[in-house]
Amino acid sequence: MTRFLAITRTEMLILRRNRWLLMATLIMVLFALALTFAGSAPTGTLGVDMLTVSVASMTTLSVYLAPLLALMIAFDAIAGDVDRGSLSLLLSYPAGRGEIMLGKFTAHLAALAFAMTVGFGTAGAVAAWFGGAGPESLLALVRLILTSILLGAVFLAQGYLLSALARGATAAAGLSAGLWLVFVVLYDLGLLGAVVMDKGGTFTQSVFPWVMVANPADAFRLWNIAATEGVAMASGMTGAAQALPVWAAPASLLIWPVLGFALARAAFRRVEP
Amino acid sequence: MTDKALSITQVSKDRGKARVLDDITLSLAPGQRVALLGHNGAGKSTLIKSILGLTSIHVGTIRIGDATPGSAQARRDTAYLPEAVSFHPALTGREQLTLFAQLSGSKADVRGLLDRVGLGNALDRRIGTYSKGMRQRLGLAQVLLGQPKVALLDEPTSGLDPISRQDLYAIIDELAGQGTAVLIASHALTEVEARTDRIAIMREGRMVADDTLNNLSALAGLPIRLKVLASANPEALAAELGGNRINGASVELLCSPDDKMEALRRIAGLGDAVADVEMTPPKLEDLYRHYAQEEMQ
Repeated sequence: MTRFLAITRTEMLILRRNRWLLMATLIMVLFALALTFAGSAPTGTLGVDMLTVSVASMTTLSVYLAPLLALMIAFDAIAGDVDRGSLSLLLSYPAGRGEIMLGKFTAHLAALAFAMTVGFGTAGAVAAWFGGAGPESLLALVRLILTSILLGAVFLAQGYLLSALARGATAAAGLSAGLWLVFVVLYDLGLLGAVVMDKGGTFTQSVFPWVMVANPADAFRLWNIAATEGVAMASGMTGAAQALPVWAAPASLLIWPVLGFALARAAFRRVEP
Repeated sequence: MTDKALSITQVSKDRGKARVLDDITLSLAPGQRVALLGHNGAGKSTLIKSILGLTSIHVGTIRIGDATPGSAQARRDTAYLPEAVSFHPALTGREQLTLFAQLSGSKADVRGLLDRVGLGNALDRRIGTYSKGMRQRLGLAQVLLGQPKVALLDEPTSGLDPISRQDLYAIIDELAGQGTAVLIASHALTEVEARTDRIAIMREGRMVADDTLNNLSALAGLPIRLKVLASANPEALAAELGGNRINGASVELLCSPDDKMEALRRIAGLGDAVADVEMTPPKLEDLYRHYAQEEMQ
């Protein structure tokens, strides 16, 4: 039991030492602040407080940044150790492969959680200070932070999977970039194209929302939007959210990390250092 | 229960169509130091990874004490130094060794161990700033963690300067002294010679020799080289002894171990005509060449 904690402690040390934690937190703070100020214009017209608008903007930001940051740490987790030749040594110790992965996951998720909490927390505090906040918008902020961490967990697990499958860290980095592009950009473009082609037929009515929620990045967006009326108004995305049961988006976002971790664990089992 | 620290019995492994380990049998008693020699690609590293359970074997059995490779017990009982080992450059030597100590579950004196391998001054420096030799020393320090039953050292001398090599062999002797069986895969033939109890030679996945140096020499029937320096007339000396003339003043004779004393008596009988005699027993190098190549001829 203490073995995975030893791995966790070492990984935390590495993330602090190589400035990853500092850079990730800085990126989150800067982007969140920039979006909060840039997006504060529609407050008056929509009749919601500034924090609500800020959360809506930061939701869009997090869809891009959370997967990116997660993949940036995760791609090196296994392939990097293989490249350095230190994985064979690590595996000759009594710690099992599951323990090693869990140890890294814990450290990486803690680092992501720190960056998310500080970044969104700062921007949220600034928005609340300048433009007011209510219980509902505060809840939306907390939800944003927690779901962002979950979204990060999804892509950490995916990153480990690619890191175990790839030959070398460079290949893993390339695959991760491709994965990010598919899930965050191309998937939505493809869906959009399908909806346009379908012209409001059965696909758009019944299939489309489910295909959409199957993508963790979209599930994240839907969850945050469906839960708060103000955020939904501010982001102008209510249609798809209403077509699905309430549990669909949370289920997708909770199943993905577990499924991804299991797949990554299975792929790691086959790695011969 | 077995009295062997490590026993490998008729192990074979295929990689694709190629047979990378072919019917390997080898055993090490506690405290024994065995050198594992062979060309690149002879299967040394594959054998070591099989012992660690990092790669699967298709036929045969491997036991560390009584444990199977890769089991929790086996991993507690083995120490491993990979070839050209490397660590995360952002960690310090102390942090890296502390991690290994925690993973092995041993209460280790991290500082003492780093002092022991000569890294006492660098323990709080990042591994990224270490030289290749220093990384190798750090690798060696983690071998000393706990009291392993078996230590597997893959090319432990690579990147080490001569003085570090002396230290390395002192550490290997220390390990053997506490009852650890040490398997050393090496290219550094001349050093292994004096420092090991037995020599195993691998060629293309097969074990072509496994015995003490003396027995191997006798089995191979490699000649002893006698170099006789003539005091006046080397040509007459060469005619008398029947050897080859080399570098003007000397004659070289090759004789089998059994004929050695006979040849020396003949040389001594020549009296003043001989100024000096130099005798060279077969080197490990010759032996290695003999066993590693015999089946090619």
